[in-house]
Amino acid sequence: MELLQLFFFYLVAFVAVVSGFCVISCKNPINSAISLVMTFFCLAIFYVMLHAPFMAAVQIMVYAGAIMVLIIFVMMLLNQGSEVIARYRHAVTGAFIAAVLMLIQVVVILKNGGVSGMVGPNTAEVVESVGHTELIGQAMFTDFLLPFEIASILLLVAIVGAVVLAKREV
Amino acid sequence: MSEMLSLSNDPLLFISVMVAKILAVFLVVVLIVAYATYAERKIIGRMQTRLGPTMTGPLGLLQPIADGLKLFFKEDIIPAQSSKLAFILAPMMILVPAFITIAVIPFGGMITVGGYQVPLQITDLNVGILYILAMAGLGVYGIVLAGWASNNKYSLLGGVRSAAQMVSYELAAGLAIISVFMLSETLSLRGIVEAQAGSVMDWYIFSQPLAFCLFVITSLAEINRTPFDLPEAETELVSGFCTEYSSMKYALFFMAEYANMIVVSAITATLFLGGPAGPFPGPINLLLKVFFFMFLFIWIRATFPRVRYDQLMFMGWKVFLPLALLNIVITGAVVVF
Repeated sequence: MELLQLFFFYLVAFVAVVSGFCVISCKNPINSAISLVMTFFCLAIFYVMLHAPFMAAVQIMVYAGAIMVLIIFVMMLLNQGSEVIARYRHAVTGAFIAAVLMLIQVVVILKNGGVSGMVGPNTAEVVESVGHTELIGQAMFTDFLLPFEIASILLLVAIVGAVVLAKREV
Repeated sequence: MSEMLSLSNDPLLFISVMVAKILAVFLVVVLIVAYATYAERKIIGRMQTRLGPTMTGPLGLLQPIADGLKLFFKEDIIPAQSSKLAFILAPMMILVPAFITIAVIPFGGMITVGGYQVPLQITDLNVGILYILAMAGLGVYGIVLAGWASNNKYSLLGGVRSAAQMVSYELAAGLAIISVFMLSETLSLRGIVEAQAGSVMDWYIFSQPLAFCLFVITSLAEINRTPFDLPEAETELVSGFCTEYSSMKYALFFMAEYANMIVVSAITATLFLGGPAGPFPGPINLLLKVFFFMFLFIWIRATFPRVRYDQLMFMGWKVFLPLALLNIVITGAVVVF
């Protein structure tokens, strides 16, 4: 069973990396967006494998189902040709530098501690018995109530801002 | 009470039972999809004092098979200016989410197979409702991509309309469902069915009538049925996102539409009408409820004119969304006090 799980993990990880590479290498922005959806899907599968089905469902619902649809919507309406994309070639250099910095960060973190074998109160057995959704709900409305409320106020401000920007005359 | 059949206690039996369940559900759904087209033409025909199909077989019963064969042997045209990959992928991306949603719908209680308990449901996710909402959100890609890949302005307009429509109505549908699981205190569909067990008065249609109405209307909008079929409004957009499609790809769009009808009917029956509860064996009860809703949808198509696009957006954001929120607040108050 362990071997099967490992094989499955590598399969999904392979698809995730390949589709992630397609996001940055595709000439057509719509194809990039579709590849990004694929990457989100693979991440959702990882959440399921980590006993976090709620996160998986929300990942697909919010990122793949809502945000990416809006991004594709905008791209379809603008329908930017390749000459516009060519004008922003210099952005590739910036992205490359950011990627290298990120890689250094990951290597440093992995060298100085590692991310596996962490122990906390919510082990896989606890999550299985109590339920993942229940645990998230309890944490969000007790220990993390203040950050949760601050995030919601931030979202409210963003919504009001969007309405103000979109209004024809202010 | 014997043990639940799982992969650990009898792998071979588990896998064969799973495959049998999946095949059975798939076959039933495909059969209903085929004959829903027949039923729709027949019922709308009667409502408009016509006869509907009568020539193929007795009472025209072989019509779906004839239609299928015709579409199968038609030439498959891919427009020269289209984006090939997205054009081919789009019909699949709309059909697959429709079919895999059915996996979480319970169609009966427990049966005993080889000494083990087997639930009559392909799989029971403990985030069942969220899974359904997530899959419903993915359905929009098929339409959007089909509209964009065809490289045709009518298709593109249809795709853009559908994206806006589905994103706005998904929200209202999701909020309408929230009040249901506030009462059932579980996200699992089997759990919701069990919470409604007992008498008919325990069905959520009686405690949540507003949520029921909201969910039926918004899901009609989400699956692009009349009166919300603006993405394929033939009077203004030829046939919207599927203008450039032909042959089996076109047939896939239609199959997806009917499969979505079945899914929405089954979800409504599960959430508000006790799912497989009723006087007959479980699967038959569920099928009867599904047929009732499908008849309702066909009836609505024969009755109502299409809504205008601005009316559609107005209803979604300024009527259904506030009503759904109000319903959550009221339900919350009732649950707490």
